Amino acid sequence: MRRFVWPLLLLALLILYPVIVSNPFAQRIGALVLLYAIAASAWNIIGGYAGQVSVGHVVFFGCGAYAAMGAYAHFELTPLVGIPIGFVLAVAIAAAVGVPTLRLSGHYFSMATIAVAETVRLIVTNTDYLGASPGLSGPAVPRNVFDLSFVSALPYYYLFLLVLAITLAITWTMANSRMGFYLRAIRDSERAARSLGAPTSRIKLYAYMLSAGLTSIAGALYAMMFGFVDPESGLGILISVKILIMAALGGAGLLFGPLVGAAILVPLEEISNSLLGGQGAGLTFVVYGAIIVLIARFQPGGLLALAGRLWERRGKPAEAVAKVEASHAP
Amino acid sequence: MSFVLVQVIVGGLLLGAVYALFSSGLTLVWGMMNIVNFAHGDFVMLGMYVAYVVYTLLGGGPLLGAPLATLSLATLGVIVYFALIRDIMKGPMLAQILGTFGLALLLRYSVFWWFGANFLSLPQNIVGGTLAFLGLRIEAARLVAGVVGLLVTLGLHLLLTRTSLGSKMLAVAEDATAAQLMGIRPDSMQAIAWGIAAAATGLAGALIATFFYIVPTVGETLGIVAFVTVSLGGFGSIPGALVAGLLIGVIESLSGYLIGAVYQDIVVYVLFLLFLWFRPQGLMGKA
Repeated sequence: MRRFVWPLLLLALLILYPVIVSNPFAQRIGALVLLYAIAASAWNIIGGYAGQVSVGHVVFFGCGAYAAMGAYAHFELTPLVGIPIGFVLAVAIAAAVGVPTLRLSGHYFSMATIAVAETVRLIVTNTDYLGASPGLSGPAVPRNVFDLSFVSALPYYYLFLLVLAITLAITWTMANSRMGFYLRAIRDSERAARSLGAPTSRIKLYAYMLSAGLTSIAGALYAMMFGFVDPESGLGILISVKILIMAALGGAGLLFGPLVGAAILVPLEEISNSLLGGQGAGLTFVVYGAIIVLIARFQPGGLLALAGRLWERRGKPAEAVAKVEASHAP
Repeated sequence: MSFVLVQVIVGGLLLGAVYALFSSGLTLVWGMMNIVNFAHGDFVMLGMYVAYVVYTLLGGGPLLGAPLATLSLATLGVIVYFALIRDIMKGPMLAQILGTFGLALLLRYSVFWWFGANFLSLPQNIVGGTLAFLGLRIEAARLVAGVVGLLVTLGLHLLLTRTSLGSKMLAVAEDATAAQLMGIRPDSMQAIAWGIAAAATGLAGALIATFFYIVPTVGETLGIVAFVTVSLGGFGSIPGALVAGLLIGVIESLSGYLIGAVYQDIVVYVLFLLFLWFRPQGLMGKA
């Protein structure tokens, strides 16, 4: 049971956070941290565990967001209806993209994901039914609780926490199943995994579809909280970037990596935006770019992997550290 | 064939030659080191801004802007190689993709932050007016860009295939350890390859800037164009990049003319996806 102690403590802290911090701005940031943590955790399944770097994950985010807002804008239904629709749509797109590209080496997959995301963004921007440039709006005044339109960030906070917990539980189950072992084998050496009989393309495809479906839920929740979606906020490449960098900063391929990354970057961005205004947006992404480069160059495992190494190292003589280091070398 | 169509195709070929120029840089480093530079399009964008700054600060036209853009990007390419690429090349795939992708963001948003998101442009007719030739009307800027793009791309091909430097680079691409045993330093050759690749983007950027708007996000589209070109032409093949670049230029022009300018990027992206699906080894590559 000892390995559940830290996750349970973390959960307790997350549940209590809005009680301890009553400032609405801080609660809003808390909700956003959880929301991005959902998307980044979903990305982590394909990008971290399987090591296939999707740089166009926003297309799945957009599936959820547009399905949720579309359900209201065109059929006056609750945006909740959009969750299953967006999920199916995202999984279908992932299958269509994944079948041809996951057979190829990782670079093709990455570039194909950008091309798909940009194609969809351009098409949606020119489609009136999907709101074109102005986008689609949700209910201006909530009709009932199922419109999920609240003034306070608190209901969103607990909703997102629930979804994040489910996402992490799914990820954890997957990581400890046969599929999880296949995925790690693929990440370390796809050729070796294939020669040992792992159905590599199929496993990667399943991971991609699962990741896509979960990302679409994050998109639907995002649209409900903000009450609208447009091509920039629902399909812009910068959302892909945020999702990816949060997972990579915290630790790609680690269960809590994306949450750690989101907990660092979301407050950073919100605070820099509120301090610097519109001018800050450019600067934020300069910093994001620099962080990604530095992680790639010095610490590809992310902060959690670094913390884990430092933890193992504490109080040990130098030779033992060297031994541990050597055993961790790829 | 109608006259307008010929005009559109010629325009596409001229644009395609510039595509070929900067794509040959991408194909060079990809073929040689098996690393994909996701910041490649943003290098082209930087070349455009160098040309713009040369014009606004020094009042110099493309004759000054193009060499300066080529030089400054070549320097940047070598710096990027030693500061980043050399180390992430040995790392996992995730680090390679993140590294150059992060570089792309860093460059794009540094320019965005400094110059703003406004569309800038060099004055019209900075190269010359519109020429009439056999009834075709061609902007001088596009003509110069196309011809220079074609010549330099061919020059790069000759450099790789006909000079001792080229042979050394190909040797490193083939087998870095064996090349080292023959007294060739892989490090230097790879740094030179990055310098050449980035120089090609700088020149291409300065050429494009004479007839195209200049905006920080232009690198994203150009990066995808380069990627499509290299995928079509086959990795490491400069003649392949040339043919594919010309083809994409023509397809883009034709689709812009026939179905509307809004859709010309979509056509290129969809083409790329179809290619990945049906013929991932490229037009001329082998499986």
